[in-house]
Order: sequence, then structure tokens, then C-alpha cells
Amino acid sequence: MEVKGEIYRISGPVVTALNINARMYDVVKVGDEGLMGEVIGIKGEKTIIQVYEDTSGVKPGEPVIDTGMPLSVELGPGLLKSIYDGIQRPLPVLKEKMGDFIQRGVSASGLDHNKQWEFKPVVKKGDKLKGGKIIGTVQETENILHRILLPPNVSGVVDEINEGMFTVDDVIGRLSDGTELKLMHYWPVRHPRPVKNKLRPTIPLITGQRIFDGLFPLAKGGTAAIPGPFGSGKTVMQQQLAKWSDAEIVVYIGCGERGNEMADVLNEFPELEDPKTGRPLMERTVLIANTSNMPVAAREASVYTGITIAEYYRDMGYDVSLMADSTSRWAEAMREISSRLEEMPGEEGYPAYLAAKLAEFYERAGRAKTLCEDEGSVTVIGAVSPPGGDFSEPVTQNTLRIVKVFWALDAKLAQRRHFPAINWLTSYSLYGRTLDEWYTKNVSTEWTKLRSNTMNLLQREAELQDIVQLVGSDALPDDQQLTLEIARMVREYFLQQNAYHDVDSYCPMINQYKMLKAILTWGEKAVLALESGASVTNIIALESRDMLAKVRFEKDIDVVLDTVMKKADEEFAAQTHRGK
Amino acid sequence: MAKEYKTIGEIAGPLIFVEKTEPVGYNELVNVTLADGSVKRGQVLDTSKDIVVVQVFEGTGGLNKDSGVRFTGETIKLPVSSELLGRILSGSGEPLDGGPRIVPEDRWEITGAAINPYSRKPPEEFIQTGISTIDGMNTLVRGQKLPIFSGSGLPHNEIALQIARQAKVLGAEEEFAVVFAAMGITSEEAQHFMYDFERTGALERAVVFTNLADDPAVERLITPRLALTAAEYLAYECEMHVLVILTDMTNYCEALRQMGAAREEVPGRRGYPGYMYTDLASLYERAGVIKGKKGSVTQFSILSMPGDDITHPIPDLSGYITEGQIVISRELHMKGIYPPINVLPSLSRLMNSGIGSKRTREDHKAVSDQLYAGYAEGLDLRGLVAIVGKEALSERDRKFLEFADLFEDRFVRQGMEEDRDIETTLDLGWELLATLSESQLTRIDNKYIEKYHPAHRNKNKKTVESSTE
Ligand SMILES: Nc1ncnc2c1ncn2[C@@H]1O[C@H](COP(=O)(O)OP(=O)(O)OP(=O)(O)O)[C@@H](O)[C@H]1O
Ligand SMILES: [Mg+2]
Repeated sequence: MEVKGEIYRISGPVVTALNINARMYDVVKVGDEGLMGEVIGIKGEKTIIQVYEDTSGVKPGEPVIDTGMPLSVELGPGLLKSIYDGIQRPLPVLKEKMGDFIQRGVSASGLDHNKQWEFKPVVKKGDKLKGGKIIGTVQETENILHRILLPPNVSGVVDEINEGMFTVDDVIGRLSDGTELKLMHYWPVRHPRPVKNKLRPTIPLITGQRIFDGLFPLAKGGTAAIPGPFGSGKTVMQQQLAKWSDAEIVVYIGCGERGNEMADVLNEFPELEDPKTGRPLMERTVLIANTSNMPVAAREASVYTGITIAEYYRDMGYDVSLMADSTSRWAEAMREISSRLEEMPGEEGYPAYLAAKLAEFYERAGRAKTLCEDEGSVTVIGAVSPPGGDFSEPVTQNTLRIVKVFWALDAKLAQRRHFPAINWLTSYSLYGRTLDEWYTKNVSTEWTKLRSNTMNLLQREAELQDIVQLVGSDALPDDQQLTLEIARMVREYFLQQNAYHDVDSYCPMINQYKMLKAILTWGEKAVLALESGASVTNIIALESRDMLAKVRFEKDIDVVLDTVMKKADEEFAAQTHRGK
Repeated sequence: MAKEYKTIGEIAGPLIFVEKTEPVGYNELVNVTLADGSVKRGQVLDTSKDIVVVQVFEGTGGLNKDSGVRFTGETIKLPVSSELLGRILSGSGEPLDGGPRIVPEDRWEITGAAINPYSRKPPEEFIQTGISTIDGMNTLVRGQKLPIFSGSGLPHNEIALQIARQAKVLGAEEEFAVVFAAMGITSEEAQHFMYDFERTGALERAVVFTNLADDPAVERLITPRLALTAAEYLAYECEMHVLVILTDMTNYCEALRQMGAAREEVPGRRGYPGYMYTDLASLYERAGVIKGKKGSVTQFSILSMPGDDITHPIPDLSGYITEGQIVISRELHMKGIYPPINVLPSLSRLMNSGIGSKRTREDHKAVSDQLYAGYAEGLDLRGLVAIVGKEALSERDRKFLEFADLFEDRFVRQGMEEDRDIETTLDLGWELLATLSESQLTRIDNKYIEKYHPAHRNKNKKTVESSTE
């Protein structure tokens, strides 16, 4: 049923309409060109709409049509390898239809409706199905089997189900009540997809980034925030996570950030190999790019589009990780719309519901038992861009109240090119304990000890540094000078990791363990040598120390570490002799 | 001819509120005729059945309730043509050089549509500026947006000009152009640019838009958009590589703030509008390279940081959008070092794709990282020495302290006309690094040390010599 109203007022992306009786969050078509919009407020006679495209030239009096549908995405095979704008329009299709610059008034559906997929049913006539049940499979990419799900809100008895080649529009079967089954279904983006129940996150998301896996681990199904001033490394780290983390599916949202960064991902991902499967990374990735110069209302929608797609793959039983770069731009989009609505502003002009929206979003993360009794997870990692790098601002603060892992980027570290510029003193992970069991079982029984020793060493270094600032390092006793040197080794040889180095970019968990152990063992030997009379100057000049520095650039570290530690033993032995 | 309304209900700052109109389009161009017959231009900011809000670019001075308002039914457009080259135009696009009106080949909307991210080609062509701190450590590439963060009284104009003069892509003879947009700068500063453009013959290849300090502030909101539209035309229609210089973005942002205040909007940080990030992005993001197109738009904007404060919303929001920043330091300037570029807070995010064996030299990244680390360490020690004295430093630390001085004096400092090629810059870097002990060069792969470190180089040379004997 179409209801036609008319435009009363246009103020940027916010349009006020009269004479339509739309529901909140209904999608409407605005103006002669039918620009896509969404109802975001109803005030008496007036319906307030945010429009996902540029409104230049639109006039009062032009028509507004209610579609009666909420803002939804198309879920089905073909999502992987796609790049979408904030409202799931494929950018390659937009390019085909309107050239290199994004014009408006063009619609494009999220999935390719012409492509045929080979469907293999896993249910048969007479099966009684509940919502969310798997009805069959489609090989979506080489390694990803797309499980076709009955929409969560549909259930019934299978009357007919067919095998064969189908498009997403074809009817592949029927339920006994006549409901048609297809390869795709729609889902409203602002509604979390249901799960059976949530599970405790007890498995780490291994990222191949030493400071994350080693010191501040994130769990599959967990939530993390990466706040930091401009140029401190949020995007690089988000991209590292998208590339190397052991999630099966990655949803990457460029929310109000740079066009070139998205172009970069598009360029790089098809070339890079997934360390687990050896297949191009792009085959497990969905990109959403609503850059800073694209319409703000679509930016607001982009995070919902992304998380809905992530939940959909979770419901198939996959471990999904979602990166949103940057959640601050999303919050700003809310602020911009809110101020056009002349709502009462909260802190720094953000709407009073900012905290609630952030909480709702992160709440959609989690490890869960799905409706089809499988296990899946959505891990959410949000970048935060605090103005002036000041973490006391509302978006950072409200985010920190929700997320369990805090990776604090530090401008000072970035300036001295200590990358990743994660501050090891202020960052934290609340999953540490929960994940210990996994690390003990899968990495080493020594792991937790090693980690706490490392943290203590870094803590100790910070205390000593305070003293150095007052008296200079030469005034410290030898053992403390040595502690500083060993801590420096942990920082420079272990925590630093160059995202642009072929080998260093990704460090397998087992190598992380071996490297850290080697460094700390070297440190213990050094302490012993000092006690038996060697000098700090001689100890830090040892060749084995320089050799340790370069281990992170080596592919096959077992051989190298072996050589280094043998060398260390020889050198320390010589030192001790000389000392005596 | 569009209908003329004499129904201005209210005038507030740069805004007029027009009543009882036929439906008027959002963002439409508006002409306002004054009693003396002169015409001012404006743009629709908010439109409804009852009232239309218009911002007037040339300011509302001289307007009254009897002024005639005409809605043109179209958004603001710039007449574009390759004949724009060599022309000097006002901040709203009118010829200032006494030349003829531009005969348009086309008329382009000045707001410019967003480049589809899928159409972008990642920028990767190294631009050699001849300035060591930029080429060596904050490499600029074609299609990048890299601003200069400066302060009042600092030589940002000289640096911008030196870059405009020296910038080249190695081994390429291609058509290039400069688009220069002045926003609220003094006429003396503008003269300085014009003089240099004329002296070097660059003017023939340039389009100049000038909004000076005494021109209306609102006009500044369209000046950069005109300039970028001209740049896009030259890049994507005429296949030129265009360098856009926008100066001073701080004046642009002030105009934006003024506008926001006039509209009685809820202000964001320090009174700047909450949408300033989005607004600035609509300018900065207009740099880039498009797949399958020959030309490119590279942006070099200048902004002065109020109170030298990099956390001020203007540099802060810019830094969040641009692909790095070149930061000018008052301290280095006071020490008499030109160009006083402080490399530590400076950054080029696209550097990695523009350097390396195929583009500059294989050791480039490592040298740059090591220079950074060394200089940062040296500066820390400088701070420490001020408290504890040099004697408290270890031998290693003393080396780093000296390194920082050498770095500023030899690497940072160079002449205004000195055009160092990339080899010279990198070799100079090695020469300075050689003053540190080799084991301190932890950022550099051994294979580069063996190949490029002066100590080994000489050795290598000797073995080559002896083997030829
Ligand atoms: N792990 C890393 N390894 C090497 N270089 C890095 C790393 N992290 C960051 N960098 C360097 O820092 C630069 C800035 O990083 P990035 O673009 O991720 O910053 P950002 O925090 O996303 O900034 P913005 O908020 O402006 O988007 C990169 O271009 C790169 O040079
Ligand atoms: Mg970023």
C-alpha cells in the first residue's frame, strides 16, 4: 500500500513531510527523484526523514512515498567479496550506473540477482523446521560454504525442496503453509538477529599481533575499542586485524573515513593470502565504505548494515569479526542529524541517547548458540577518534563503559615510530583470566607466567624511568640499569611490530611465545652474569642481544632462535669467566 | 527569468529569511538585487513552504527588506574551460585580471560529487619535492592530500612555494597545473605568491582564486570549492596533474563558525559547528587519482594553528581527514633553521606506497624509521640533560644527543633554492646514522647496512677496486 505525502521542509539531509502516515524507521522515497530516506521522527502532523543521498535542488511540495518497509539488507550468497556503501548498494554497480562520481537517485540491490548458485538441500519434504534452521548450502567462495537459513521469524513443515542452480530470486522450495523458500531473505538492520542463547567467550581471537595476543587478548565474540588521536595507527591496526585475525568472516566498515584507505583495502585484499587457508583474503571479506564525503545519513546506517551482515554469518555458525573505523564518525553523524532535528543536546552537542546507541551496537557482539544449535560469534572492534586525542570526551568514555578490551593508542609512541603505538601501561583486557585456560592448553603451560612477568617488567621500567627523569640513568645501580635494558628489549624486539614488513606483519601465536621466552631467558642469564661480576656495558654489547633484535624479521624462527641462544650461552659464559 | 520576491522578513548577519515564495530547492543559487542595482549571490540553506533561509556570499551589507530576491532554480556552478589556466579570479570566480570572461566549455557544480571509492586508484607515484624532511621522511605522492600545519609568522608560504617550484615526478614529462586558492590572506601575502608564480613562469600553468582578508568572509565558503572544481576539470577532462594549494584553511573554518553562529546552531568544540569534520572532508576528499583517468588532484593546504595548538579543532579535524601533515616548528624557526619542519609530529600516511626499490630506493623505509627513532631519542635526552647535565649520560646516550643536533643542522636545514634529489637525501641520512654505533641501528635490516652504511660502502668500494687491479 503506497501512501503519498509531500515535502514541507528541507534542511540538508533532514526532510520534513506532511500527510504521510509512516511508521518509525520505515523507508520512504523522497522527492521527484525518489531519493531513499528513513523515518526518524514523528511530531504531530510532521514526519521527519533522514535522506541517504544529497538533497540539493529538492523542493517543498515534491512527493514522499512510504514503502511500508523498514531499512533492510539482502542476506544471501554473494555478500562475500562485495564492497557496499552504507545502505548496501554495491559500489561497482553504482560505478557502472553513474560513473566515477557518486550521483544520486540510483538504486541498486545488495546481491546480484542474475547470478546462479548451486544449491544443495539438507532438509527434505516433511521435515519440521524452526526459524534460523539450515535448509541447504551454496559454495559461496572456495572456502566458505554459505548455509542457507530459514529466516528467524519463519517456521513450518517442508512441502517441497529442490536441488539445482538458482538465482536468489528463484523459489527453491515451499513450506506447507505456502511460504516460498529462497536463497536470500531480508532483515531490518536496526533489529538484532535472534540467537538461542549467548555463551561465555573463552576462545581468543588470535590476531598475529604480538601486543594483542601477548598482552591484551581479545576473545571471539568479545568487544574492543581502539581509541587514538589522528595518525596514531587506528586504521592500520584495524586492517591488520581484518587481514590476520583467525576469524572466518570479516566485515570491515569504513565509516566516515578516507576514500583512499578503502581503495587500498580493495587493492590489497585480493592479493593477500589468508594464513589459515591460503586463499585470497577478499574471499572471506565484506567491505562497507561510506567515506567522510558521502552522505552522513548513510554513514549513520553503515554500522547497522555491517553488523547485520556479521550476525547473519554468525547464524551460519561462523566466527565473524567486525571492524568499524571509526565509531566516532558514526556518533558525529548522529549528532549532525540530531542537531538538525533541534533536539536537546547532551554533552558536547551529542544527542542524549548516544550512550544507549553505542551500548545497543556493542551488545550485538557475542559468542552464541545459534537458532540451528551451532556455535558462532561476532567480535566487534571499534576505532574511536577523540577530538584532540582527549580520551575524556563522550564517545570514548561511553565506549569504554561497554567494551572489555581497551587498546589505547598513544601519540607519543607514534611520533617516535614505536608501532603499534599501543600504550602498554594504560591498555587492558578483561578477558585475560577467562582465556588463560585456552593459552595454557594450546600454547604453553608457561604462557600465563611469561605474560605476567612481562607486564611486571614493563611496570618496573616505568617506575625506574620516573627516577631516571630526575637523576639520569648513570645514577642507577647496575641491576636497575640492566632491568631497563631488558625492558627495552621487550619493547623493541617484541612489542614493536611493523605492519609493512612481509614477515613481521603477522606473527603466529607459537612464535610469539618462543620469542618472548627467548628474550626473558636472555634477561635471566644477563642478571646471573651481572651477579657473577660482568658489567652492564659488556652485557648489553653482546652480539646475541643484537641477534635477538632481528628475530622478528625471520620466517623460520626455530633455527634462528637456536643459534641465538647458543651464542648467548657462549657469550655469557665468557663474561662470567672474565668477571671472575 | 525567475520571479523576483520582495518578501525578505529578516536579515541576520550573512543570512536573509525570505517569506511567501513558490517552492524553492535546497542549495539553490540565489541572486539578490540591491537598490543601487548591484547583485549579490547567495545559496539556500533551509527551505520550507513558509520560509527560505539564504546565506549571502558577498555579505548582507546594503541589503534591506526591499531588496529583490531571485531563485535561479539551479545549484552553484563554475564555468570551466582549459582557458582557466593563466587566469586570476576573485573568491567567487569573477575575473580580476582585466581579462575576458571565461568562455565555458561546460558548467560544473561546485559542491562536487564524492569519488566512488571503488573508482579510486591508490596513490603511489613519488613526488620529489627536493626537501629532505619531506622526501626522506614524509614522502608526498600524487593524489595525496597533505597539509602544512603552521603558525603565524612562520615560513609556510616559502615552503609551499618551494614545493610548487621543485615538485616533480621522476622520469615523467607530463602536463601539470597549479590551482591556487587564497582564503582571507593579506594582499601582501597574495602578492608574494603572485610574484613567485610570475618569476618562475608558473602563472601560465596556474589558476588563481583570491579571497583576501578584506573580502567578505562568507565568500570563503565557496572559494575552495571553485578551486577544486577547476582542479577536477583540469585533471579529469584535460588530463593534467594538478597541485592545489589552499591557504589559509583556518580562515575558511572561521567563516564556517561565523555562519553557524548566525544560524544559531548548537556549537561543537570551541564554538565550531558540529559538522565541521564533514564539511572539511567535502573539500579534502576531493584529492585523488581515478582508475583509467590520466590526471590527478594533489592537495597541499596550509593552515595556521591558533596558538600553535595542534589539538585545536581546525588542525585536529584536518589531521583526521588528510593523509598526514607537515608540521612547522616555531622552535626550529627561532634557531634559524629553514625549513623548520618538525619531523616527529609530521607524517605522510601514503609514504609506504610511494617508496621502496621500484620507486625510490630499497633502504628508504628503514633509513626513515631509524632517523625518526634516533632523533626522538636524542630529543628526549636533550630534555633530560637540561635537568641532570650531560655528565649523567652514558656514552651511548651522548651519541644520540649529538645525533639530534647533527640531524637538525644537516638534514633538516637546507637552502630555499636547494633542490636535493632523493639519492642525496638518503645518503645524507646514512652519513648521520653512521655517527651512531652500528648495533643501535635496530630498525635496519643487516643487508641494507652492508650495502649502504658508509663504513661498509667504502669497504665495498675498496674490494671492487682491489678486484679490478
Ligand atoms: N603497526 C604499524 N606498523 C607500521 N606503521 C604503522 C603502524 N601503525 C601505524 N603506522 C603508521 O602510522 C600511520 C598512521 O596510521 P593510521 O592511518 O592507522 O592512523 P589513524 O589512527 O587511523 O589516523 P586517523 O584517525 O587520522 O585515521 C600509518 O600511515 C603508518 O605510517
Ligand atoms: Mg584512520
